[in-house]
Order: sequence, then C-alpha cells, then structure tokens
Amino acid sequence: MFKTIRARLKQGYRTAPFPAGISVLPQRYLGKPIVNPGHLGCDRQACVDTCPTGAIGSVGGRTVIDLGKCIYCGACQKTCGGRVVTFTRDYRMACRQRQGLIVSDEPMPDTGQIRDRIRHIFGKSFKLRHVSAGGCNACESDINVLGTLSYDLGRFGIQFTASPRHADGLVVTGPVTNNMRLALEKTYRAIPSPRLVIAVGACAISGGIYVNHAESNKGVDSIMPVDLYIPGCPPHPLTILDGLVSIMRG
Amino acid sequence: MGDNSLKTRICQPIDVNSIDCLAFKEFKDSVLDGFLKGFRAAAFFGLPADNGQVRLIMILACDRQGYLRILSTMVKDSYPCLTTQAPQVHLFEREIFEQLGVYPKGHPWLKPVRSHVPYQPQTVTAGGRDSLLGVDFFKVQGMETHEVGVGPVHAGIIEPGHFRFQCHGEQVLHLEVLLGYQHRGIESMLFTKDASPAIHYMETAAGDTSIGHCLAYCQAIEALSACEVPLRAQVIRAVMLELERLANHTGDLGAMAADIGYLPASSYCGRLRGDLLNMTALVCGNRFGRNIIRPGGSAFDIDEPIRTEIRKRLKSVFSDVSNAVSLMWSSPMVVDRFDETGFVSQQTAVELGLVGVSARACGIERDARFDFPAGAFRFFHIPPSNYSSGDVFARAFVRWLEIQRSVEFILERLRCLPKGPIMSDMPPIKNGKAVVSLVEGWRGEICHFALSGEKGGIVNYKITDPSFHNWTGLAVACRGEEISNFPLCNKSFNLSYCGHDL
Repeated sequence: MFKTIRARLKQGYRTAPFPAGISVLPQRYLGKPIVNPGHLGCDRQACVDTCPTGAIGSVGGRTVIDLGKCIYCGACQKTCGGRVVTFTRDYRMACRQRQGLIVSDEPMPDTGQIRDRIRHIFGKSFKLRHVSAGGCNACESDINVLGTLSYDLGRFGIQFTASPRHADGLVVTGPVTNNMRLALEKTYRAIPSPRLVIAVGACAISGGIYVNHAESNKGVDSIMPVDLYIPGCPPHPLTILDGLVSIMRG
Repeated sequence: MGDNSLKTRICQPIDVNSIDCLAFKEFKDSVLDGFLKGFRAAAFFGLPADNGQVRLIMILACDRQGYLRILSTMVKDSYPCLTTQAPQVHLFEREIFEQLGVYPKGHPWLKPVRSHVPYQPQTVTAGGRDSLLGVDFFKVQGMETHEVGVGPVHAGIIEPGHFRFQCHGEQVLHLEVLLGYQHRGIESMLFTKDASPAIHYMETAAGDTSIGHCLAYCQAIEALSACEVPLRAQVIRAVMLELERLANHTGDLGAMAADIGYLPASSYCGRLRGDLLNMTALVCGNRFGRNIIRPGGSAFDIDEPIRTEIRKRLKSVFSDVSNAVSLMWSSPMVVDRFDETGFVSQQTAVELGLVGVSARACGIERDARFDFPAGAFRFFHIPPSNYSSGDVFARAFVRWLEIQRSVEFILERLRCLPKGPIMSDMPPIKNGKAVVSLVEGWRGEICHFALSGEKGGIVNYKITDPSFHNWTGLAVACRGEEISNFPLCNKSFNLSYCGHDL
C-alpha cells in the first residue's frame, strides 16, 4: 500500500498540455511539408523521381505534394537539400477534404466544415470505433497512446468504444486489405447514423505504399465516404489528437 | 545429419548452385534427423522452378553452435508431409501449399494461412485446390460444449484476427487462430515493377518492428553486395534495435497489468513506453524508427547532444520503469494471476519451434543476438535472459530481465561511440547468390532469405516473422485455461498480425 503511494508520488503527473507547442516534438521530426515558391531554382524532377509513393506532382502547372500519399520519409528533402519541399515541424495536418491535403506553394482555400447538424448532435461527447484493415500496428499504436495518461483522450470527451453500436464514428487504419473489406463494411453499417469516418495514416488515405497491390484497396475512401483525413506514416499522436479534437471544435 | 546439406552462417553469401538438390527421401530423412539433433526450422519455403516444379528450401538453425544448414529438394505437385513427424513445420507446409499449390500429403490440418490468390497457376488438379483445404474450424462436440468466435474486429485498437474457441463451460478445450486479414501481398510484390522501394515494405511488414525487419533486410542486401558497414553505424543500429525492444517490452508489461486490472503499473508503463518511443524519434524523427536503417549504414547519426540526451533520459526512464515494474512483482494479486496461467512446456516449445521471449520463457536459451550475432552484437554480447516456468509470469519476467540488459547495453554503447562515417557505398549485388539474415527483434527471431538472379537483382525474397512460429504457441497456452484468461495469455505473447500476414 505505502509502496503504491510512494510510486504514485515518484511517477508524478504526466498529462501533457494541449495544444502543444512545437518544442515537444523532436528536432528531426518531419511535420507538414511546404513547397517553396519557384523551387528556389531547382529542377524538381529529382524530387518527383525519388518519392516512393508519387506524392510530388503538379496541378495546373504548380508543384504540389499530397500529404495523403506522403510517407514522410524525407527522401525529397534530402535529394535537393529541401529546395523544392521542406518539412516543417508543424504537426497539425488533419483535413476534412481529400483535396485539402494537396499542398502547393500558395495558401490553400479553407478545408471545409464538418456538417453542422452532426456536430450539433454529437455535442460534447464523441465515441469512436476503430478498425485496422491492413494497418501495420504503427498507426494503431499511436492511436492507442492517446489513451495513456500522457494524452488522456478522455478529457476531451472522446473515447474509443468496444461496440460499433455505441459509436458516433469509425477510425480506420491500413489500406483496406481485401480480406478485411467485408468486416470493415459490416462495422460501418453497424454504427448508427449519423456517423463519421476518419482515415488515419497514408495507407488509409491513399493506399500508401500498397496502392498498387492486388491484395488491397486504395484507402478507405475507395470504399466509403471519409469525413476526416489524418496524414502521416504513422501520424504523430499529436496530429491524431489535433484531428479528433478539431471535430469537437467543429 | 550427414554432410549432404550445406553448412553456412548468417549473412554469408552462398553460391546458389552449391545448395544440392536432394532426392526427397534423403531430404526428409536429413531434416528429421536434424530436428532430433537439436536443429529447428528457421524457415521453410518453396521457390518456383522450371517445368512447373517447386524447389523446397529448408533453413535449419543450430542455436548452440551458431550455424545454419540449408537443404533443398525438388517436388512437383505433392510430397509426403513432414508435419506429422515435425509439428514445427505445420504452418510452413500450409503456406507452401497456399502459395504454390504443392500438396503436403497427410497434413493433419490443411487450411489456408492467409486466404489469398495463389502465386502461380495451381498444379493440384485432383478435386481442385479448394477441396483439399478444410476451411472449417476444428470442432469439439457434445451436449455441454460450446463455441466462441472472436474477431476479426476486436474491442480495442488492435489488428484483426479471428479466434475460435471450443469450450466446456468456462474452460477452453481448443483454440484455433485464423489470420490473413492483414495480408497485403508484400512478398509477392517485392522487387516487382509496380512495387514501392523494398525498404518501405520492411518498415511496415510489422510496423512496430521497423528496426528489426529493416536490419534483417539491410544485413541480407549488404551481404549480397559485400558491403562493409562502418562500425559507428553498426553500433547505432544495435542501439536502435534495443530501444525498439525497450519500448515494446515496457508497453507489454503495462498491457499485461491492464489485462488483470492492475492500473498503477499499466498507467505508468503506458506513459513510459511513449517516452522510449520519443527517444527513438530523437535520433531519427520518427517514433517507430522509420527512415534510419538503410542499406550501407545508418541514415542518421547520434551526435553529441543526442548521445548525452538519450543517456540522460534513459537513466530517468529506467528508474521509473523499475519503479512501476517492481510494483507488479510486489503485488501478490499480480503474481497470483500471472503464475501458472497460459503454461507452455519446454518440450512443446521445442516441438513447435517457438522463438524469442516465448521460447526463453520456457527455459530455452535461444536468442539470435547471442547465437547468431551480426553487426555490433559480434563485439558486444547480450546474454540470453531465461526463465523456466513457461507461464504468463515467465513471459513477463523475461521481458523485465531483457529491459535491464538492453538499458545496460545502450548506456554502455553510448558511453563512447566509435568514430567514423555512418554510411558506406553499396556495391552492386552479386549474381546467383543466396543469403540468410537473422535478427533478434523484440518478439523474437526475424529470418530473411534473399536470392539474387543469374542476371542480377533480387529474384526471391522470403520473410519469416517471429509471430509465424509463435501463434501456435498461444493456441496451446490457452488449452485448459478459463476463456477469461485469453486476453492475458494473448498479451503475454503479443504477436504480430501483419508480420504473420505480410
């Protein structure tokens, strides 16, 4: 008994403040990338070629990077010393529209709102069901960690439930393997409407590196409508938390 | 075992032609003789050959003496199975059948492993492949028995798998584990035209073991191209591997505490696991060790500020982990729940060919860092940590022993890092060579086999995750247990779904 109390005192209070400052992230962390205007004089071809998921391309003549495809390996930044793409340490990357994940060298329009009616219905409580559909256990781990006392997801009114019947939304990780597709669809249908779908990680958003695989699909929105995209490989827990909390904020 | 097999060591490139193709009987006798002499199957797989034939390759590991034996035979559409005499190959034979259609005659439980489309047109015609696959579950029948199915979607934030229990009241008579839901087709896509770069598959084969799988891959590729990794990079890699082990072992101890409702240790260890992942991120920017292990060395250096910071943080985290874990050992409730739960005997562990923590918790000295050292582990040894009771307690306690040894190892290595570069140039891969690479990941032995073609490039690559050996261990551990003990037993193994499914 005394030992338990002594341990409690030693371990201390560890719940981190949120929103967190960038200082809590490691120096070498690769957060939201930006495309530098005019590529600082660099021919962007090397970056395009080196990207393992084809995340760098061009739209309407402008160079863009698709955060939904990016696996944050930093190969492009390394190739040309960051002249085309530079990774910032900004962890806030979640977006309501797929289109909003495509970053160019000019500010993107506002990324849209969660349907007001739904937000009104959910109020201050938001219950989620998670399904891993080919996730490698990295996204899963970084969602799980939100339940630890470091992040304490419950303080925001967000909880993961054990049953889809109790859930307001579905969190999906992985590219959606063929073998998991049916179970994912059944879980979705088991959640009473209105319901939100949240895709976490590059695989769930775009298929990631598995995009060309016959055994898997090209992410969650190839199967069902997605209301929130949280990019990363895996996303930092703060990125996921920021995304989930953004739903509560509306 | 006679001299008819090729003796080799890990990361030693061998001429493909030097692996003799034995007659099947000779192959079978040699393999079974090998098992009797203490060898175990590190991997067993088929390679498609000419004329619709399949070349079976068996990699036997001798832990005591740290060498491997590779045996091979050519089969067409069937062969008498080995499983009935050597249970440890049961899943390998099912895998070969599923991928290449070679029928292991007499296999007692032939079912799909991952339920995917075969790699090549099936040669089995008698009644078709599906008729040979008993897709139903093993059933116990009787008035008082009942069946419980769990999954693939589980009540937590975890990967999918299906567990089918045959119960008598609360007692589990039999558990069958059905996996494959995570199958992404990594092996069949690797090195093909549409594939992503191989290293990224290694990072996500089992995403919580990125360092382990990348290391196994890099060691294999470096051996094939005769690349010597700089000493500094070798030490950095070993430090990263141990950090990965520390984070996962700490998390596992916390999760086991959570499963019996012992909240103090569960909360503390959950938080500390995150602190350990953050140390990995300090070096490479990613909590799961992505982007650091690359062919030729390490993509990130541990410079002076990081070296000092890790040493400082690790000492503080270790003090908190010791504190949290000692709470568990001093609580009679915890020890009582762990003791004699989920027992696996040493004999069963040997017969099933278990690896890693699960094997060491049955008193088997089996640790690739010690038995098959590569990289920095050739110079700095970590002795295997064993405990012989074979139950949940043993699997928890072995983790705690390993945590202590890993902390000691990292602090010592970071006291004085070797100077020099962290990356070497990669010469081209030599043609027509095969290599076996073993790495002791935090779950156990990761085995990678690479084969380069006569015209260059990798033509075949085989990944064996420790979970592939160990899932059957979990099924056996649950026999006779109350079904309510399943989560605890499961957590004490904490196996990978995607590492198994690939």
